[in-house]
Amino acid sequence: MPKLTIDGIAVDVAPNTTILQAAESVGVEIPRFCYHDRLSIAGNCRMCLVDVEKSPKPVASCAMPVGEGMVVHTKSPRADKARAGVMEFLLINHPLDCPICDQGGECDLQDQAMAYGFDRGRFQENKRAVRDKEMGPLVATSMNRCIHCTRCVRFATEVAGVPELGATGRGEDMEITTYLEKALSSELSGNVVDLCPVGALTSKPYAFTTRPWELRKTESIDVMDAVGTNIRVDARGREVMRILPRINEDVNEEWLADKSRHACDGLRYQRLDKPYVRVMGKLQTATWQEAFDAIAGRLLGTPGNKVAALAGDLTDVESMFALKELLVTLGSHNLDCRQDGAAIDPTVRASYLFNSTIAGIEHADALLIIGANPRKEAPILNARIRKRFLRGGFKVGVIGEVGDLTYKYESLGGTAEVLSAIADGRHPFADVLKAAKAPMLILGMAALTRAESAAILGAARRVADTCGLVKDGWNGFNVLHTAAARVGGLDVGFVPGPGGKDTRGILDGAAGGEIDVVFLLGADEIDTARLGKAFVVYQGHHGDRGAHRADVILPGAAYTEKDGTYVNTEGRVQRANRAVFPPGEAREDWTIIRALSEVLGKTLPFDNLAQLRKRLAAANPVFATTDAITPAAWGAFGGNGAIATTGFDYPVVNYYMTDAISRASRTMAQCSESFASGAASRKTGTHG
Amino acid sequence: MLSDKDRIFANLYGRHDWRLAGARARGDWDGTKEIMAMGPDWIVDEMKKSGLRGRGGAGFPTGLKWSFMPRTESDRPHYLVVNADEGEPGTCKDRDMLRYDPHKLIEGCLIACFAMKAHACYIYIRGEFYNEASNLQIAIDEAYAAGLIGDNACGSGWKFDCYLHRGAGAYICGEETALIESLEGKKGQPRLKPPFPAGVGLYGCPTTVNNVESIAVAPTILRRGASWFAGIGRPNNTGTKVFCISGHVNKPCNVEDAMGIPLKELIEKHAGGVRGGWDNLLAIIPGGASVPLLPKSICDTVLMDFDSLRDVKSGLGTAAVMVMDKSSDVVACIARLSAFYKHESCGQCTPCREGTGWMSRVMNRMVRGEATLPEIDTLEQVTYQVEGHTICALGDAAAWPIQGLIRHFRPELERRIRAYRDAKVRAQAA
Repeated sequence: MPKLTIDGIAVDVAPNTTILQAAESVGVEIPRFCYHDRLSIAGNCRMCLVDVEKSPKPVASCAMPVGEGMVVHTKSPRADKARAGVMEFLLINHPLDCPICDQGGECDLQDQAMAYGFDRGRFQENKRAVRDKEMGPLVATSMNRCIHCTRCVRFATEVAGVPELGATGRGEDMEITTYLEKALSSELSGNVVDLCPVGALTSKPYAFTTRPWELRKTESIDVMDAVGTNIRVDARGREVMRILPRINEDVNEEWLADKSRHACDGLRYQRLDKPYVRVMGKLQTATWQEAFDAIAGRLLGTPGNKVAALAGDLTDVESMFALKELLVTLGSHNLDCRQDGAAIDPTVRASYLFNSTIAGIEHADALLIIGANPRKEAPILNARIRKRFLRGGFKVGVIGEVGDLTYKYESLGGTAEVLSAIADGRHPFADVLKAAKAPMLILGMAALTRAESAAILGAARRVADTCGLVKDGWNGFNVLHTAAARVGGLDVGFVPGPGGKDTRGILDGAAGGEIDVVFLLGADEIDTARLGKAFVVYQGHHGDRGAHRADVILPGAAYTEKDGTYVNTEGRVQRANRAVFPPGEAREDWTIIRALSEVLGKTLPFDNLAQLRKRLAAANPVFATTDAITPAAWGAFGGNGAIATTGFDYPVVNYYMTDAISRASRTMAQCSESFASGAASRKTGTHG
Repeated sequence: MLSDKDRIFANLYGRHDWRLAGARARGDWDGTKEIMAMGPDWIVDEMKKSGLRGRGGAGFPTGLKWSFMPRTESDRPHYLVVNADEGEPGTCKDRDMLRYDPHKLIEGCLIACFAMKAHACYIYIRGEFYNEASNLQIAIDEAYAAGLIGDNACGSGWKFDCYLHRGAGAYICGEETALIESLEGKKGQPRLKPPFPAGVGLYGCPTTVNNVESIAVAPTILRRGASWFAGIGRPNNTGTKVFCISGHVNKPCNVEDAMGIPLKELIEKHAGGVRGGWDNLLAIIPGGASVPLLPKSICDTVLMDFDSLRDVKSGLGTAAVMVMDKSSDVVACIARLSAFYKHESCGQCTPCREGTGWMSRVMNRMVRGEATLPEIDTLEQVTYQVEGHTICALGDAAAWPIQGLIRHFRPELERRIRAYRDAKVRAQAA
């Protein structure tokens, strides 16, 4: 444990710590541009130079390991002079366009120039001009402002795993470029905007809309996938302007996937802001009372077993709980939160969780992926797998066709039956798992939404048993969900009660006339044609598939507009907070259900969110603690039987359009056009 | 003056056969096996005793550098990398060694590798050295064919392979860590130190990077004994050195002489004197483009070695002596060097990337006098803001020539500024 002194403070840190880290540990701030905790050390900006006694030159503290007895000064005249010099160099070719720069107000260069720079410039020559680069629909460039810290290059190469950014040219002609003038083919590309310490890379959809000091910042949870990324929602007035990641080491570190970041403009379009009632086959605006009366009129004469409810993928736990309570009082057991009909066993919690936890991936040393494409279904989780992969000694085997995952893997075959071979020990990858200290498997929705999915789940469980995936302190059995509401729905018991129908049963029932009333709580990912003649109540925030079929529409709140609880794929209970109010007459979802219950004469026993959450915690203790993981008990689940030799149908085909919000987003439409449809390559003069 | 028998590079002028037979006739590959039989420790020790300081420019003691390599081999192989990317303006010593005495280098590589327990040596040769690379490759092939290198080098039982790699014309790839990056197939940009190459070098393995001359003199030193080499020159600046004399002299040449030879003697004896006589001398850059120039007053007495030149705020560098007589535009000369460094800066770190462009542009104006007097101070401060703040020494190299110019020729800069200003005033009045 080397001991050193930084600005007179004695520090005792682990060997191989850098001076900068050691200084941070005692609260001494050292300015930096190129250094970033989660990227490799470049040491090129030279802003972090400090004065080390007995060293002839100032030392780059970000790269210099501490030494025994080192005496470091970060505020000595020599250190100050070195920094002021570097700052002057950074500014000589940096345009003075802060008033029209989107980074203004949250710019590292601006802040540090105030703190460490000269008060005037001495540079008399012309400033450098650099051609802007095309980086797709998400990242706007203004390369005159680039200070060549290479954070973006390192992020793309190391974290995103797409080595498509680099520096060409030499000396002052060096330019950061995508080489081919195209967008980064990564689902994490928006993060380069956060990483850029200046305004060279800014958010294209957000360009010239607001200044950071005009924004109201609310900490919340993302719902675009089941990772539960921690986000900060920045709003001005009633509009969500942008979404940024929050640091949570256990979930997303500090990254945010592109859809989660940029689909927020979808919150402005296609919104349901008034109740609607279908009259003579046409939806007409109505008052809340009229809408409730229409529902009551239909519902009160209907026996409970002819009523059903489906919950969608973006739904919060509170509203699912409220709706379940309501359905129970109506005498219905027909409810399901698995729109895709996934063969998940809701009775054994460990059977539907990502038990290893996301952070736990870093402790694993072998991984089997079955019917999941983590890159598209959970880019943040995929980045964690890549992070583990880069450390080495990590074998990955994939059953299914997934394309480039940004790390090397062994393709074990495109069809599901390979899984039974591994379970029976007939496949060589079984030995890989057996030899590993902390093996894990990831079972995706593509594997669980098939006719014989129960058998697949059973085979995966047999793999867990025979290959030692579950042992003391380690559970390597993981299910990767794609829906943010899924685990919460399962935990809250939004599944068929005794004798109740599941999604398939409800749709069959509606088509066949056994179900008369279907309540869709944000459920859009179903085949609405199969709802038959049933009376459909749609409660949600977007005029998407469900609303088109509805007989009554109850306008609800999107995830940024309500205080809601979400449980991510790991089983982590997290609270989203309201950043803005729902538009028009839309209301927070649980209050709508509570109000409806009153109209139906079955008043639910809670008057506010606190009471509801208390009941929720009483119903399932996992909801009592937030932001933590309670390991789930291992149990028996899954079925037996033959597994078909067919390939997988992956749930996420177009990453940029998976739900009502992203389908309404213009940014996501642009992304779909330039990435997913393969139209990225611009036509040249020789085309046609 | 050094006597012929003490000269190491007997074929510096290419008058004799450069191939194996000729090299053997000059004593190369003589008793190599016996030298190796003395053991690695003895070799490193002799090199230390000889006082040889690295000939690439920085003058770091070669024996000491060799001793930094791990004592024992681990699972990571050791490498020797020879820096033959001679690109320092004014320097052409390695070129002639590679052309006319390639076997000295190859023998040196074998011995150095053996001393550092390396089985492979990479020679990174400047891309423009086409003929030199060709000669060197022929020499390597000859050495393989003669069993001097290969699986059982010189019958010593030591496996030694020598690879030639041609660069692509970037000056920065002569910096040792940028050279390693380039050798690995990456963009030639210097690495951060620490870790030093002796710990983490080529492909992450322990590596020593040496200049051609440092390696090529090693076999002779070991054959003739450290005391012989240490007896030449001055303490701490021992041995012989190849000087490259160019510019306004009557007979530009490469010449091997003792370290510490007076600069005046070097020029008068070997290069036929300054054009128009010693009194026609304006200034000399004594060690390649990177070191500050010296005015005549200092050139009269200064000795050509590391310490003497350091004492006059210059450096021996690569010992490329560039002579400027009074007909030369010294400001334009330095401005040209600034343009060179601007062009060759790799662009990785801020002070060099931004500073070289700034300095070069101001220097271009200084040539015309299109500046103000306080700008001379600004320029000088900028050089000090670059120097010592960069990842590698290119920033220092870009700063020093300008510092030297301002130190010794400030009146000339001021004269030009005044003349330009006066001419402008007159033009406006007319």
